[in-house]
Amino acid sequence: MPMSIWEYANPKKFMQTSSAVLPWVAGLTVICLVVGLVWGFFFTPDDFRQGSTVKIIYVHVPSAMMAINVWVMMLVTSLIWIIRRHHVSVLAAKAAAPIGATMTVIALFTGAIWGQPMWGTWWEWDPRLTSFLILFLFYLGYIALWSAIENSDTAADLTSILCLVGSVFAVLSRYAAQFWNQGLHQGATLSLDKEENISDVFYYPLLFCLAGFVLLFVTLLLIRTRTEIRSRRLKALRLRERMA
Amino acid sequence: MRALLFRDLALAVKAGGGFGLSLAFFLIVVVLVPFGVGPDTGVLREVATGVLWVGALLACLLSLDRIFQLDYEDGSLDLLVTSPLPLEGLVAVKALAHWLTTGLPLTLVAPILGVLLNLDPSGFGWIVASLALGTPALSMIGTFGAALTVGLKRGGLLLSLLVLPLYVPTLIFGAETVRRAVDGFDNTTPLLMLSGITLGTLAILPFAAAAAIRINLR
Repeated sequence: MPMSIWEYANPKKFMQTSSAVLPWVAGLTVICLVVGLVWGFFFTPDDFRQGSTVKIIYVHVPSAMMAINVWVMMLVTSLIWIIRRHHVSVLAAKAAAPIGATMTVIALFTGAIWGQPMWGTWWEWDPRLTSFLILFLFYLGYIALWSAIENSDTAADLTSILCLVGSVFAVLSRYAAQFWNQGLHQGATLSLDKEENISDVFYYPLLFCLAGFVLLFVTLLLIRTRTEIRSRRLKALRLRERMA
Repeated sequence: MRALLFRDLALAVKAGGGFGLSLAFFLIVVVLVPFGVGPDTGVLREVATGVLWVGALLACLLSLDRIFQLDYEDGSLDLLVTSPLPLEGLVAVKALAHWLTTGLPLTLVAPILGVLLNLDPSGFGWIVASLALGTPALSMIGTFGAALTVGLKRGGLLLSLLVLPLYVPTLIFGAETVRRAVDGFDNTTPLLMLSGITLGTLAILPFAAAAAIRINLR
């Protein structure tokens, strides 16, 4: 089986493979999310200081992680488009943007719900919160630019450039915000280089939730990319009909 | 290139371009703020730095869509692109012209408007310095945004949506430079960061903007 991504620059090939993969990914998503969320919500103890509010972590952390990673994925796929004109790649970036924006909103909302009882405020101009809000604005700009340009290749090129420049400025804003205000938000919950993360009781269901959100993103991404390809085909068909 | 610069400057000043308009807008924003937050001089002093920076930023935004739009509509942008000048340099000149007609005047009137907002005496020098250092970045980023939206019919609103998030780091470091000085802290770090952002955008964004124009004129 060919594993090169260039194989899937051919939309037909992509459609075939993705339709075969989609049910499996979707199934796994459901399993992971159900296991993770049910385990997390009902079978873990309350935190001794935070009480049951700690359980928001099972939605908050995965969505926040995806909010950032979706942008990184868009950056990579945009680069692939700019360098080698991989048509499905740029459509994937387009398809990913609204998912990323939604993840950002979910992270901000769950954060507000969590922040209210813990910090006593819904919103605080904390660097993390602020940079997420800015990230959300970047998503909006990217989506708006896509929808404003009619010619799809022009739109693909321009949004890719915006994504590259935006990434630089998003990182800059992150550090600028950190410099501007010291925050209330705790440090990273999970990291690869730390000996100990949060305690195991919370850790395992959280892992399921993280996997579930990644899979959820892949599922939605495949569906949305397929929709994009279909709508392009439809457009081409309509044009051909009008010409005839 | 010099000819282009003078042409742009002349157009901006004579033909009712953004020149006076953005200054007037800056004035109005600053005048409106006390109506909004109340005439208490203590409160005004607190927010003066931020209002001046945000006002300058919005005034800058106002004239951005003129950078390429008129040239695009009458076809002179096509001529400029096909001329032997490198497009990157051309974009930089456009940004320079925008700065000379917007950023520089805004910088110069900022201390006068600072009086209206009861800006702390120690802040006057710093507001001029930080705006002088920061507004070139605003012009360059704005030129990039204008290049992205040049082919669009109603690009104005979209332009604001694209450009404002990109303005965040410049605004943070610019306002922080003044605020720290007013509060009596050392402001070397934000000042250096602000200069770094300006130099970085001037070095990189002409290429991105030129690429965007090439795509738009394809």
